[in-house]
Amino acid sequence: MENEIRPPRRYKRSKLPKLVRWIFGLIVLSYFFWRLYTVIIVQNEYTPDIWVRLLISGLVIGGVYSLIAIGYTLVYGILRMINFAHGEVMMIGTFAGYFVFEATNAIRFTSSTGEITSLSNAQPFLSILLAFIVGMTVAATSGFLLEKIAYRPLRKAPRLIPLISAIGASIFLQNLAQLLFSPLVRDYKNPDLIARGQGWAITVAGARLTIPYTGVLTFSLSIILMFALYTMVRKSKLGKSMRAVAADKSTAALMGIDVNGVISQTFIISGMLAGAAGVMWGLHNGLVYYYVGFLPGIKAFTSAVLGGIGNIPGAMLGGMLLGMIESIGPTALGISYQLKDVLAFVILIIILIFRPSGILGEVLSEEKV
Amino acid sequence: MLKVTDLNVHYGAIHALQGVSFNLQEGEIVTLIGANGAGKSTLLNTISGLLPAVKGKVEYLDEDITNLEPQKIVRKGIVQVPEGRKIFAAMSVMENLEMGAFTVTDKKLIADKVEEMFAKFPILGKRSKQLGGTLSGGEQQMLAIARGLMASPKLLLLDEPSMGLSPVLVEQIFDTIQSINNSGTSVILVEQNAQMALVIAHRAYVLETGKIVLEGDAQEVLQNPMVIEAYLGVS
Repeated sequence: MENEIRPPRRYKRSKLPKLVRWIFGLIVLSYFFWRLYTVIIVQNEYTPDIWVRLLISGLVIGGVYSLIAIGYTLVYGILRMINFAHGEVMMIGTFAGYFVFEATNAIRFTSSTGEITSLSNAQPFLSILLAFIVGMTVAATSGFLLEKIAYRPLRKAPRLIPLISAIGASIFLQNLAQLLFSPLVRDYKNPDLIARGQGWAITVAGARLTIPYTGVLTFSLSIILMFALYTMVRKSKLGKSMRAVAADKSTAALMGIDVNGVISQTFIISGMLAGAAGVMWGLHNGLVYYYVGFLPGIKAFTSAVLGGIGNIPGAMLGGMLLGMIESIGPTALGISYQLKDVLAFVILIIILIFRPSGILGEVLSEEKV
Repeated sequence: MLKVTDLNVHYGAIHALQGVSFNLQEGEIVTLIGANGAGKSTLLNTISGLLPAVKGKVEYLDEDITNLEPQKIVRKGIVQVPEGRKIFAAMSVMENLEMGAFTVTDKKLIADKVEEMFAKFPILGKRSKQLGGTLSGGEQQMLAIARGLMASPKLLLLDEPSMGLSPVLVEQIFDTIQSINNSGTSVILVEQNAQMALVIAHRAYVLETGKIVLEGDAQEVLQNPMVIEAYLGVS
């Protein structure tokens, strides 16, 4: 069945001995702890409200990362490939949500009190719901098509080839979006109910701070979606067949499972989650353009690796963790906020030194790696 | 019931099956014996739709099922219990059985089937919550067979069910196969353990490097000097 010449099974391991890697890791870790100690105990210049504010933004961004990371992990679990175009699926979802809000905002009518209101403000719940439904549907469709066009013909090819196809699809989708929607950075038109920057005012240790409405929406919806997905994978027939296909495709086929169908459904589910994450991203951060999916995509991939790729709770944990690290880390370590991306990847390297298969990842045998 | 005509299958660069023809009547146990690499598993995998046939025909109940997708073949009532058991290690015994009943939509029927399997293999009932990977080899083989029976197949393809099991367990497995057959399921049995397979089978085919070299009633094949020398190891 497999005609291609296989590459040698065992790749040459890094000549850098494990000890050296560990020492490097320990040096970086102790630097981190020293900085933490200096900033939090010695300088102690930040009041609790600042920490709470950072924590909230970390949770919100973490929720988005987790949702996207689940998509990476699901696809990896089934096809053993990284779907590098997943960030672009999220971008497509962001755009779909954007157009829903544009449309609901453009429909204006005079209310009974004589004021002119838009549909998105007259029916905020309806328009938010519609944006999520459209965003998830469009993203799910593009995920489905992506697999059909870019990955399915290469199913039997060596593993590197679908990976290249994924990168190609990612570039293609970015350029397509740029062509269709222009490189303009556009503003998300939130309904007034969840206007950006608005929120509940709370008082922490005598200081006032706001919990943004968009943040609450993002966080709670991502938790609900993650819970639903987890239950689906554990309990439903589709979820079980996904696990069976992930474990062994030919045996799954012998059970009467339509393997290609399950793979398509996996891409649809990943796309739905990415689409929801995209609409959340738009609502919370307010900006949408063709490149909007790139960084969240890479970060979510990092989250999935951090938590242990192929492991769903791992992706959730990794996403949350990465969101927190990005948001709290720079302040806690007393470094520039611009370095948050660097910090995220440094943490990834540290985790991979001490736990190569991620936090919740199974310890992989040589064969599987 | 099953009629295979002039089947040719390539496995990579190897011409694994070179014009194999055989048939199976309803209610029979037919065993395929042969050395490693003779093409026995390839034949089962082609019937199951996992491998494409380049030439030849597989007919089941007078219907051409050659190169049909595996899931469609399962729905027609042909279920394979693969070589090496292939239990879903990270899923519980119960979930493994549910996967076996994937094509069954009637929940009540699935529950009945599970009960039936637990009655047939009491050890599986005791371990229903345990992960498949934690079972012993013999228990895994029971689970593999039970999983295959969940879809109520009309034809069961068994690939090396006795592999790696202790003699006592082998005996038990063969008893099970016989009782499955007695309850009306036709069986194609691929075995290295030719002695045991020939004892319970009705008819036998001997496969050698992709060709059928001998066929006949199991009793006759059991007496055949060539078979005795090559497969039964009796001097």
